[in-house]
Amino acid sequence: MHATVSNDVPSAERTAEAGRNAKDTRDDRIFGWVLKACALLVLLALVGAAGSTLWLGWDAFHTFGFGFLTSATWDPSNDQYGALVPIMGTIGTAFIALLFAVPVSFGIALFLTEIAPQWLRGPVSSAIELLAGIPSIIYGMWGLFIFAPFVAEHVKPWLMNNFSADPPDGKVSWLVQHVPWIAKFFSSEYPFFGAGVFTAGLVLAVMIIPFISSVMREVFQTVPTRLKESAYALGSSTWEVVWDIVVPYTRTAVIGGIFLGLGRALGETMAVAFVLGNTFKFSWSFLETGSSIASTIANQFGEAQGLQRSALMAIAFLLFVVTFIVLLIARLMLRRLKTKEGK
Amino acid sequence: MSTSLYTKRRVKNIVAMTLSMLATAIGLLFLAWILWETLSQGISGLKPQLFTKITAYREEGGLANAMVGSLILNVLGILIATPIGVAAGTWLAEYSLRSKLGPTIRFLNDILLSAPSIVLGLFVYTIVVLPSKYITDGEVTFSGLAGGIALALIALPVIVRTTDEMLRLVPGTLREAALSLGVPQWKLTMQILVRSARSGIVTGILLALARISGETAPLLFTAFGNNFMTFNPLDKMPSLPQVIYEYTKDPSPDINVLAWAGAFVLTMFVLALSLIARFAFRSKVSHD
Repeated sequence: MHATVSNDVPSAERTAEAGRNAKDTRDDRIFGWVLKACALLVLLALVGAAGSTLWLGWDAFHTFGFGFLTSATWDPSNDQYGALVPIMGTIGTAFIALLFAVPVSFGIALFLTEIAPQWLRGPVSSAIELLAGIPSIIYGMWGLFIFAPFVAEHVKPWLMNNFSADPPDGKVSWLVQHVPWIAKFFSSEYPFFGAGVFTAGLVLAVMIIPFISSVMREVFQTVPTRLKESAYALGSSTWEVVWDIVVPYTRTAVIGGIFLGLGRALGETMAVAFVLGNTFKFSWSFLETGSSIASTIANQFGEAQGLQRSALMAIAFLLFVVTFIVLLIARLMLRRLKTKEGK
Repeated sequence: MSTSLYTKRRVKNIVAMTLSMLATAIGLLFLAWILWETLSQGISGLKPQLFTKITAYREEGGLANAMVGSLILNVLGILIATPIGVAAGTWLAEYSLRSKLGPTIRFLNDILLSAPSIVLGLFVYTIVVLPSKYITDGEVTFSGLAGGIALALIALPVIVRTTDEMLRLVPGTLREAALSLGVPQWKLTMQILVRSARSGIVTGILLALARISGETAPLLFTAFGNNFMTFNPLDKMPSLPQVIYEYTKDPSPDINVLAWAGAFVLTMFVLALSLIARFAFRSKVSHD
């Protein structure tokens, strides 16, 4: 019917319609291009961040060669830069953060998916997510003014009394006498000073708990109820269902969630900038002060010139590449769960 | 024998459940601790001059210029990120169905979402601050505009992601109905799809705003800070998080009190924003 109608249309109108169609096609094409260009900006931002830091950091890589990664000297007055201390500080704080955040996040996710009564789940998970909304500078302030003094007064003396070779109470513990290397990780020049790698790691742990626990909670919820109910019907306890059914089923995504938290912890600046101490002396001890890549950049880039600026750009490049890889692994592991979910 | 195995399993279960509740309690305890300190320390520093005087007066001053600066920087960031982010998200949801590039960009966008913000700040330093210094012969170096661009880079992935997700929730029948009436695709996208996903997109923008208003690291080397009131985006511009950062490092306790007051204002603003965003989003979903 439509065809016959359009045959009767006078030719002037038909050319107008053809013109309009051509215009629409052209507009559509331009619109698509503009949208695509905007999407490509996301790609450009990542490539640009890596490229610009590599470009301005090239001078430092070129001057110090491979020694840039292995040298522990960071000395602006003599223009000598080695990234070992910031790298170790970044890894150390992230390690401590994961050490505390992973079990706590697992506990929270377990509580929210298996234990808590239904009416409690919403409010508790919203409260935990509120932690993620607090700006990182607030964590930094809280760390400096409240948490570091707390650690100095209550946590650090206990750790040093039990694990260090030079305890404040003067009694070297049995553990230190019999395990030769342990004291190395718990020595401290200033026993009553709260700042250090350990404190910074704990602040980071509090920061990444909401990220890891919300991923874990989400993936725990993807476990088919049928599987869990079958295990319960066979007489399993809640813990057995979680450990033998839920965890194996979601393992990849759980590790993905942990890597996501690790990515956050590596790149965080403000939460650790105050509580790390910003010293550049190499130490194996977690209780010693140190510096991380991000805190070094935040503290020094403002006044940096020449080779120092280049060295800061170089460590920024390292940080960006490492976090990119960590986040890449995280997203790949989380994506695999999504495809599994689809089937 | 079997009783002892049963007891062992029960004990193990009880221990695990207790530890799990303990973990939740620890999480909630830290939340309460941080909020309580921000509240109690912040309120003691709240004075009218906080909102009327500028940071140049130090102890006798307030944070007025920092708040105005933050407002300008956030608005700039959102104004830059929103059109780009919505366009990119639209492309991902509507145009990239048959291309390999789409999933790749969606994937990389998720990475950009948690990329270290300080490196993004250095990127903007390289592409905006250094060139503007070179072009204007040192007249314009650090600027509010550079700060706004840095914040836009952080807001962008949030907006892209929510736009993408919201558009994919729009039922396909809506598209088919419009296309069968001969509506060109750009009109369909602009006038039907984006409009029907509007509340979701606005939620994304609010979340992005909450995210960038707490950011400090990317502003240090782009907006730089300024002790005076400025409305010129080509000027060095102060911001609330950056002043809190400087004032926290300051050895003077009177200055630290101002930092706490600023932290209180900032936290309340950010939490209120994210609560509004979440609430708006939830009510939207339940209506559908």
